[in-house]
Amino acid sequence: MNIYLEWLVVLPLALPLIGAGLCVAAWGRPGVHKAITAVTMLALAADVIALFLLVWDNGPVTMTMGDWVPPFGITFIADVFSAGLVAAATFMAAVCLAFAAFTVDEEAMIRGFFPLFLALMAGVCGSFLTGDIFNLYVWFEVILIASIGLLIIDCTREQIDGAIKYTILSLIATTVFLVATGLLYGIAGTLNMADLALSLEGRGGEPLVFGVALLYLMAFGMKAAVFPLFFWLPASYHTGHPVVSAIFAALLTKVGVYVLIRVYTLIFPDVVGMDTVFLWLAAATMLSGAIGALAQSDLRRLIAFLVVSGIGYMLLGLAIGPQAMAGSILYLLHSMVVTAALFMGAGLARRMVGASWLRGRGIYRHAPFFSVLVLAVALSMAGSPPFGGLWPKVMLVDAGLAADAPVAVTAVLLAGFLSLVALGRAFALAFWADSGDERSAAHQIIAGPPVAAVAPFAVLVVTTALMGLWPAPFVTYAKRAADSAFDTAPYIAAVASDGPTMRGEPPPPVPNGDGPKGYGNAKKKAQAPDMSETLIARNP
Amino acid sequence: MEPILAVLVGILIAVSIYMMMSGSFVRIVLGILVLSNAANLLIFTAGRLTRDVPPIIPGDKKTLAAAANSLPQALILTAIVISFSLFAFILVLAFRSYREMGTVETAEMRIAEPHASPPDGDEIGAADWREGRRP
Repeated sequence: MNIYLEWLVVLPLALPLIGAGLCVAAWGRPGVHKAITAVTMLALAADVIALFLLVWDNGPVTMTMGDWVPPFGITFIADVFSAGLVAAATFMAAVCLAFAAFTVDEEAMIRGFFPLFLALMAGVCGSFLTGDIFNLYVWFEVILIASIGLLIIDCTREQIDGAIKYTILSLIATTVFLVATGLLYGIAGTLNMADLALSLEGRGGEPLVFGVALLYLMAFGMKAAVFPLFFWLPASYHTGHPVVSAIFAALLTKVGVYVLIRVYTLIFPDVVGMDTVFLWLAAATMLSGAIGALAQSDLRRLIAFLVVSGIGYMLLGLAIGPQAMAGSILYLLHSMVVTAALFMGAGLARRMVGASWLRGRGIYRHAPFFSVLVLAVALSMAGSPPFGGLWPKVMLVDAGLAADAPVAVTAVLLAGFLSLVALGRAFALAFWADSGDERSAAHQIIAGPPVAAVAPFAVLVVTTALMGLWPAPFVTYAKRAADSAFDTAPYIAAVASDGPTMRGEPPPPVPNGDGPKGYGNAKKKAQAPDMSETLIARNP
Repeated sequence: MEPILAVLVGILIAVSIYMMMSGSFVRIVLGILVLSNAANLLIFTAGRLTRDVPPIIPGDKKTLAAAANSLPQALILTAIVISFSLFAFILVLAFRSYREMGTVETAEMRIAEPHASPPDGDEIGAADWREGRRP
């Protein structure tokens, strides 16, 4: 295999960073920014497709910075799970950028919308692809600073208030992450995630390891908006420009979920009692998000609570095991598309009538096509056929029944029902109802939103319909990704050998889904080469 | 030396939590600053504390047993730079929010989460949209 192929792993973070840097060099010229962003996104799309196909066929691909041997160099690694998420994130970013081109005003572009967006993409791709836990902290900070800039891009009072809450709670979360990483380094003496997995193998019962695992749960749980640490999300997400809310909902909490799944299947697989903790956290997150959505009178805040509710479904995989993990990962993909689409729809509706309060303004009468698209997204979010939201819930309920976990099954079904009620109420009040009160000037709607702004929104609606009508490729990906998350041997082997693609060694076996998998898969891990031997062999 | 620093880290974290539970935004920000210093000190302690031992591997040895680990110090350097820049940013954000909202009491900062619906009317420039201008 070609030695240059491993560059595919670092380009998803290098390209957006280069693009952001070029944009800074051409500060204040939105036309140039647009061109740079378009070229960057095209290159990024080509790269992530190539990376995904490579990983799909050959197993994990790694690259270690400066050609230092792991665990000393910072490793970047793409397995099926992370490569697929990088591809999905790129797709969502492209759609959101198309939406932004027609809705973000000139002033916000001059203030640096595009460089901030590209920096955010670099942070997201870096978090998905890094194999070093301290490097992950750095990418979290990149995401944080870029996202604050995006959140306050319009400089309204509402945005500044939301940004303060977002910043404070995110900073606390990343500091807790730093504390946990310091303690973990003290315990294990390494920061490379694959090496940590080998070092902590069988030490899940130690009190210090348990404490560090709980600190990580707090840090990543705050990032992912897990109950009871989600209150910053409904306080801030809705204040952003619609496209900012959309990209936050699509990517940021999902990064938190990805990291939770990665860390708890790779580094802390045998910490006692974590699956029970995750089960109750998942159920509480699902239900509190859905109940919170029912109580809202602002369409955007209602969606923010539904984003929280969705996080619960994604945690069930950690609670129940590999079968539920496939459902969780499929839900993650579906949630990326649908929550972003909902925020876009709400943003367009808000621009039409001037406010996003749930009050009869008769949007349906004036823009029926647009309203039907919103209804389709709402039904998909609630898990109704024929849209993409159905299948992950079917898989989760199926896995919950098979694993005899009545709490999980009840929570999935009840939260789905409550979401349907909340969204149905929102659609009826905000789109369908027409109060007929012509006294207020704001009541009048002259025309629907411009076609150019609806087009990216419609692309997402078509995507979720596709996921509902032709789910096979997405389900296949989710199952492979779940196997890749739980069966950590190829991941560790890939890091330990410093990339099978680099030294012409045969690639590790592709996980094929048979055999028992789950926490503490010690047998398979034992096959991974010992890193210390690798070190001695290469450092005479 | 380690126990003293461990206790100091504990005291700093307690102080920061106390400050972050305050209702004043300025105190919360200072609490985060103390917390990030506590985190840095914790990493420093985790990397072994020695005095007057140069980190040079003797010719007949393969590893360095007695000297302090230099990696945590590199980590702290990274963390200090990041927290310093974020702290500078958050101070600007705090000042801007004070000018916009006229308060630093978190209980009064309810613009993003109002208690009740505002009166009927244009929140944002819907008129711009209707007249074909960019929103």
